[in-house]
Amino acid sequence: MKRILTKLNKAFDHRVRLGIMSVLVVNDWVDFTFLKDTLELTDGRLASHIKALEKVKYLEVRKRFVGRKPNTSYRVTEKGRQAFQAHLDALEELLKQSK
Amino acid sequence: MTPTNREHLATLSEIRSLMERSSRFISLSGLSGVAAGLWALVGAAAAFVYLGKVPFDGRYHTFVDVGQWGVPPVVFFAINASLVLVLALFSGIYFTTRKARRNGQPIWGQLTRRLLWSLAVPLAVGGLFSLAMIRMGMVLLVAPATLVFYGLALLNASKYTLHDIRYLGMTEMGLGLIAAFWPGYGLEFWAIGFGLAHIFYGTAMYMKYERKL
Repeated sequence: MKRILTKLNKAFDHRVRLGIMSVLVVNDWVDFTFLKDTLELTDGRLASHIKALEKVKYLEVRKRFVGRKPNTSYRVTEKGRQAFQAHLDALEELLKQSK
Repeated sequence: MTPTNREHLATLSEIRSLMERSSRFISLSGLSGVAAGLWALVGAAAAFVYLGKVPFDGRYHTFVDVGQWGVPPVVFFAINASLVLVLALFSGIYFTTRKARRNGQPIWGQLTRRLLWSLAVPLAVGGLFSLAMIRMGMVLLVAPATLVFYGLALLNASKYTLHDIRYLGMTEMGLGLIAAFWPGYGLEFWAIGFGLAHIFYGTAMYMKYERKL
């Protein structure tokens, strides 16, 4: 039991971060507004969690202009995808063991 | 079940729902399909009356060049097809925005754009291809070709919306291929593919996703 618990990733401690990753793994570039609307978060809260995930290189950032508006999009990195998958596997394992 | 387990389970189902909601446009309403099918049947019925012909009587070409009510065939079919298309689009948009609003989902966004784009490309190619066939005098293959291209468009778009659309796409392609090898029944297959198939799948999708809401 303890062994599996340690497999749960610290970077995903927060529900919001899991949410961000869930959206990113099934999409290509996703922009900030879409993430905000899907997860129903405020700008500030979303930005801080994105920053945390960016720091551990689970997602990459692309800033560009669409027309005259600045547009920031995010994409999951290979490292992030593996970490997310491992985290899900660990969660499932936990559930299976306790049945 | 322990409280932490319940939490893990909730987390997993939340993740699954987020993945689904963020990658597919799920507001597509079955009623959109039913309405499109009804308009298509009305259009097909008008065409049968215009041609003075009974479905599956096999006399396809006899009246095509003559025209009825002082309206030449090209004009009649152009008006008929555009009316069906416009009415189907409008009722489709109506029922789908209604469903999205009821479920509190965004109507216009990244997902909608992606869905429309994936539909539009095969449809535009199919439309131009059909025009080329009319110009080259292969009128018999126009109805089969539109069904096949429409089926391909649906198959393509099914990645971005409810996957039931995939089966509708395969039905349309199948009908198109049958029609291609059994010429002279273009209008009949059109009525089945754009009319009956839409009503059938639309009703099935409505029963499956919306009735309980």
